[in-house]
Amino acid sequence: MSTKKRTLTESLWDFFCSLKLSISLLIGLAVTSIIGTVIPQGNIPPEYLQTISEAKFRLYQSLSFFDMYHSWWFMLLLYLLTVNLVACSIKRLPHVWKMVTEPALVLDESLEKSLSLTYDFKASSSELDKLKGFLKAEIGEPVLSERDGVFHLFAQKNPWCRLGVYVVHLSVIVIFIGALIGSFFGYKAFVNIVEGTYIDTVFTAKDSPIKLDFGVHCEKFSVEYYKTGAPKEFKSILTILENGQPVKGFTRIPVIVNDPLTYKGITFYQSSYGQSGDGAVYHFNVALRIGGGSTNFNIKKGERVTLSGGATLELLESTQDVRQYMPEFSGPAAKVSLVMPGKSPESFIVFKNHPEIEEQRRGELVIQYAGADEKLYTGLQVAKDPGVWVVWFGCTLMVIGIGMAFFMSHQRTWIRLGNGRATLAGTANKNPAAFERKFEEMVEKLKTL
Amino acid sequence: MSSSLLFNVTTFLFLISTILFFAYMASKNSSLGLGASLAAFIGWGVETLAIILRWKESYDMGHGHAPLSNLYESVVFFAWTIILIYGIIELKYKHRIIGAFVLPFALLGMAWAQLGLNSGIEPLVPALQSNWLLYHVITCFLGYAAFAVACAISIMYLIKARSEGENSTSQAGGMISMFPAIRVLDDLNYKSIMIGFPLLTLGIVTGAAWANYAWGTYWSWDPKETWSLIVWFVYAAFLHARITRGWVGKRAAWLSIIGFAATIFCYIGVNLFLSGLHSYGGGR
Ligand code: HEM
Repeated sequence: MSTKKRTLTESLWDFFCSLKLSISLLIGLAVTSIIGTVIPQGNIPPEYLQTISEAKFRLYQSLSFFDMYHSWWFMLLLYLLTVNLVACSIKRLPHVWKMVTEPALVLDESLEKSLSLTYDFKASSSELDKLKGFLKAEIGEPVLSERDGVFHLFAQKNPWCRLGVYVVHLSVIVIFIGALIGSFFGYKAFVNIVEGTYIDTVFTAKDSPIKLDFGVHCEKFSVEYYKTGAPKEFKSILTILENGQPVKGFTRIPVIVNDPLTYKGITFYQSSYGQSGDGAVYHFNVALRIGGGSTNFNIKKGERVTLSGGATLELLESTQDVRQYMPEFSGPAAKVSLVMPGKSPESFIVFKNHPEIEEQRRGELVIQYAGADEKLYTGLQVAKDPGVWVVWFGCTLMVIGIGMAFFMSHQRTWIRLGNGRATLAGTANKNPAAFERKFEEMVEKLKTL
Repeated sequence: MSSSLLFNVTTFLFLISTILFFAYMASKNSSLGLGASLAAFIGWGVETLAIILRWKESYDMGHGHAPLSNLYESVVFFAWTIILIYGIIELKYKHRIIGAFVLPFALLGMAWAQLGLNSGIEPLVPALQSNWLLYHVITCFLGYAAFAVACAISIMYLIKARSEGENSTSQAGGMISMFPAIRVLDDLNYKSIMIGFPLLTLGIVTGAAWANYAWGTYWSWDPKETWSLIVWFVYAAFLHARITRGWVGKRAAWLSIIGFAATIFCYIGVNLFLSGLHSYGGGR
């Protein structure tokens, strides 16, 4: 019974040590990852739901296809990959470690047979020091050992690069750990702040509030445009408040896309903006086209005012900068609907910076726009991720490890000296062609030594 | 002189190079081969100038930025990186004939860019205004280019392996005899992927760093990110497959071709068929 159990553990161990499993897992991850790029993830748009049948929807739902990268089966694949990685490393690392720390110092017959690069030449034992110097110059400091009256010199280069593969594998695990730390101890949230106000609570995607132990005040939000009307810069001016007081060094900080603000491990990213509709007042001015006599008046969005003479005016739309819609104009603009007594409504746009446009319009009244004390809000992405440094550490390890594994080569050379003859032998674990050239060079140098 | 004229010259030189490479393959005349390589490298030099000039032109227009910001610019840059990687491999390993299979990729890219894509220089939307754009795009495309070269070599491998299998003596067999030995092709395939894999890794890491810097998440399973990870998984599988016996040769060549198909989907297909944060030019 116990032997049977042992073989079960053993075969399980072999299963987790196998490279076939790694390849299957890597391919499996590649193939299943496609699903989530085709099926929408997270908040599913209603238009999408209309395109699939009820049965399909239920099938997808039961397989967690709408949040597949966090589904139990995708996680299972990632955990299997981790176990596979660890098992493989445990199995192989001791052997590699030994090769690095306890290299074969003696060029015996069986070792010599396993090496394809060897060169035999005449040499007396008095030349030992010369050969030592030669190896030192070509490869590295040689180690001398003596066996049965024969001298063996061993020199190597870059032995540590054999560990590169294990550094890469470790880095994968480090990155996973960083991601786990982030998901347990961090959050992603969102907040809108109206200009001139402050907040101390942010909201996660599921709308659950998170209270900050400080406040964020938005002084101003602004958008700049290119001449073409495309947006150039979204900018919020933020101040951090502790107990209602601005914090030194965190006052009036401009935050733009690609330049966030971090305070106490929480980072605020410029993400969106909008008009804070409530309470904004728009300023206009009306005059008779012939006869003048201008009057100022205010209006709110959706409101209809009656002007002297019985005309009514309604504000339809407004913008702080019209350039994004009409690149040839700039500044605030408003679209209004004017109804003269007994006539049908006409709608047109009035520009704060271009009063001449309105002067050229036909009609009895000249309506000018004087801007608004309208407020914008800035939309900020809020993130806290204490695991992110672990992830960067893992990424750095990975790049270093790949560099070690791919671009460095563990070169080993031996010289055996005795009985009037010497043998040079060598091998490298990477780039055999380059090492072969180097070996040939060494042989040429030995001939003239 | 304008950059678009120079890009046209580049396209023309890549066309000449491709034709010369095919003539070289058919005739085995080594001076044709030399001419083909020269045309490719001169084309690359002209393209380098064109890219620098386009960069300068964007400054003259008042919104200077590196020419890596929309599909047109990225396709042009892709062609440039392909010739760069091919040049390195040719100079290092001296198998000129590989160019016959690589040049068509670069030519296709340039022709598509010049004929089918909008080449206007546009100002950068806020989401792209970052130096990370430079690091991210350069590393990704160098990686993609190495995979393109690996794919070309794998196609040669499959052709050669098949003709050796059939033991044919037809005319095609004559052309194919110019190919390096299949063992060499297999090795070059591996070597190209050894260039591409670290670069793709750096590309993904710089992309994650940028996303974290700009949006607060280093990974959001956006389709483009996910596809780059898929590509990475495929080549990681390739690297491990080589260590286990029985996965060199044909299967490795197929894996390399599949990897490049995934790369191209990641680069172009995702923008055409799937939606996400990366749709070039659309901003966020
Ligand atoms: C399922 C998990 C994995 C297992 C079990 C595994 C196992 C192995 C083994 C046994 C080797 C050969 C080591 C040697 O030559 O002594 C290796 C090499 C390597 N592995 Fe992994 N690996 C896994 C995942 C990964 C991942 C995700 C990467 C991502 C970068 C990776 C990168 C590498 C690299 C770069 C090499 C060197 C390949 C070469 O020298 O050509 N491995 N792996």
